[in-house]
Amino acid sequence: MSVTSAAPSAPGFRLSQLIYDTRYRSTTIQIFALFAFMLAIGWLITNAAQNLAALGKDFDFSFLWNTAGYDVNQRLIEYSSQSTHGRAAILGIINTLVLALVGCVTATVLGILAGVARLSKNWIVARLMTVYVEGFRNVPVLIWIIIVVAVVNESLPQPRAYKDVETGAFVFTNRGAYMPEPLFSRGLGDLDLGLFKVSLDFVAFLIVLGGGVYAMRLIRRWANQKQAETGVRPANVGWIEAGVIVLPLAALLIALGFHLGYPELKGFNFAGGIFIRDSFLGLWIALSLYTGAFIAENVRAGIQAISKGQTEAAFALGIRPSRTMSLVVLPQAMRVIVPPLISQYLNLTKNTSLAIAVGYMDATGTLGGITLNQTGREMETLLLLMAFYLAISLVISLVMNVYNERIKLRER
Amino acid sequence: MKHTCILGAAAVAALAAGAASAATLDDVKAAGTLKCGVTTGLAGFGAPDAAGRWEGFDIAVCRAVAAAVLGDEDKVTFVPTTGKTRFTALASGEIDMLSRVTTWTFSRDTDLGFEFVGVAYYDGQGFMVPKSLGVSSAKELDGATVCIQTGTTTELNLADYFRLNNMSYEPVPIETNAEAQQKYLAGACDVYTTDASGLAATRATFEAPKDHIILPEIISKEPLGPLVRHGDNQWGDIVRWSFNALVAAEEYGVTKANIDDQKANSANPEVRRLLGVEGGLGAMIGLDDEWAYRAIKSQGNYGEVFEEFLGTNTAIGLERGLNAQWTEGGLQYSPPFR
Repeated sequence: MSVTSAAPSAPGFRLSQLIYDTRYRSTTIQIFALFAFMLAIGWLITNAAQNLAALGKDFDFSFLWNTAGYDVNQRLIEYSSQSTHGRAAILGIINTLVLALVGCVTATVLGILAGVARLSKNWIVARLMTVYVEGFRNVPVLIWIIIVVAVVNESLPQPRAYKDVETGAFVFTNRGAYMPEPLFSRGLGDLDLGLFKVSLDFVAFLIVLGGGVYAMRLIRRWANQKQAETGVRPANVGWIEAGVIVLPLAALLIALGFHLGYPELKGFNFAGGIFIRDSFLGLWIALSLYTGAFIAENVRAGIQAISKGQTEAAFALGIRPSRTMSLVVLPQAMRVIVPPLISQYLNLTKNTSLAIAVGYMDATGTLGGITLNQTGREMETLLLLMAFYLAISLVISLVMNVYNERIKLRER
Repeated sequence: MKHTCILGAAAVAALAAGAASAATLDDVKAAGTLKCGVTTGLAGFGAPDAAGRWEGFDIAVCRAVAAAVLGDEDKVTFVPTTGKTRFTALASGEIDMLSRVTTWTFSRDTDLGFEFVGVAYYDGQGFMVPKSLGVSSAKELDGATVCIQTGTTTELNLADYFRLNNMSYEPVPIETNAEAQQKYLAGACDVYTTDASGLAATRATFEAPKDHIILPEIISKEPLGPLVRHGDNQWGDIVRWSFNALVAAEEYGVTKANIDDQKANSANPEVRRLLGVEGGLGAMIGLDDEWAYRAIKSQGNYGEVFEEFLGTNTAIGLERGLNAQWTEGGLQYSPPFR
């Protein structure tokens, strides 16, 4: 019996090795995948370009410098119908950011409260939170937004109803809520930054506040040091800390002639005060409650992920339950909570584009809505809009990832 | 992430651009149905009736074109569009024509790449307010909250009007007429502004129409008409002349009822050409000779359509006004069929 075997192949490279040789196979596949991907993109771009050409449309962003011609109700920067489309877009972006910011803050507060309460030993509180979480998580947020706005529109009184009625500091109408605004009789005026104006009073307020907080931290550090050295905390440190923040602020406000401006019925609507429109109110409430429900679940999962032994150990050391939660459980739970929290913030920010359903003029409403329609530049406006949402999402991810990195378990 | 963005952008572009081929007539014939963009619901101009059949002034134009091209007024797929979606729908080829109270403007005709085929209704922008507000002129509206449909010419007119009169207002942007109606009736806005015909149509659907008045000021010209994509001239001609046939029919006294008699017996050469007895006009636009006959037979002439959906005997109760025939002091005027 003889075995005839082919002569061992010459140690050279053959093409078939690209597929059959495990050393090269993955590279081959990757190169092909990349090639196919580029091809697909190329096809999409040429297809778009050809079809645009067929429609007789060019690709041009100069419309951003043309007069917009339309008015926007919520203006946090100076804007009139004579401003440009570009400025309308910035106005919309600012409106989006404001909504996203207040939404994220309230959603986080609500979420943490609801998440902790859902684990409460109090049966009713825990069940109520379950109802809240399941109710909001399982109904589309658009419906909640529309419901809230409809309730505001239909159930609250019209501004006219307040004729000859004494109104207080807060007024609720079916067009939105009014609250007192801070006014300064000896104000410092505005600082014109070109794009928008910044109130110098506000800047001064922030500076004094920042200085106060800094001084407070210095005092606290000194007190801690003292306590570590002598075992006795200096007397009344808490009062001094509060004083360095409050007193300079009070002095500044008095110097600037601070007073509150109250809303007053003038003609068709109230004038004065800060006006929170029905659309903003609806979006704010609905988005906060909706996202809050998800965050509550994240918080609950985070807390439950911490071993019971940790709590028991803390109790064994004689630490009170509330301090156990804040000093032992929550800091560890944050590691589980923060990563999904990032995606909830992203969701809320992107969900602000639902503003269009209730006429809140966010970036989708101005740039991707009226501007798109009046100029007919779908490609350009949608690309800009996508770039904006992408940028803002990436920034949120970045910030939250940095935070996550800081609270991550330090492995030594 | 970067790649996803580019891919997404390109995908949107490809979708938005769509397949806008040149020969719309062939597409319509091949599909066996005319895709007509209409409103999401505006009484008198276009809304589904109780049985779900679309009825209205704008709808009749769609049906006339379908009757002319496909021989059946029901071979129409109605695509409801909002003020915002209508142009994208037409540009992308999602619809073959748009008949949706759309104002003919310079930039829409040129820059947006559309072709308006005529003016079906001469309109102007007005204001509606509740009587209880005690307002009798638009000049008294300083500081009012105004409901307005976004993506319309009315939005721009409104901004101009208030600016030129040194008045301020609070715009409440709204997507559809139905939504505007709900907001207006709830008092979330003091004023509703749109084309005067639209205001009359909307008011007619209210529970108590008499509690609302339309202010005397008309602040703009709003010639409303059907439109098609720029660049397919044959299709543009078909839609234009299908509409003109309805106008001409009224001028020559051809009605839904007497059309067969007119076709058989009329000695008027204009009528004979219009109804395809002589002249061979149909072949010139790629249709058979009875195209206009079918359009008029199915919808009636312009005057009949107007009276059926908008006229003084309807709930909307609009006078002919500017929309009377030129022979009666109006602006409706069809070029000759020759």
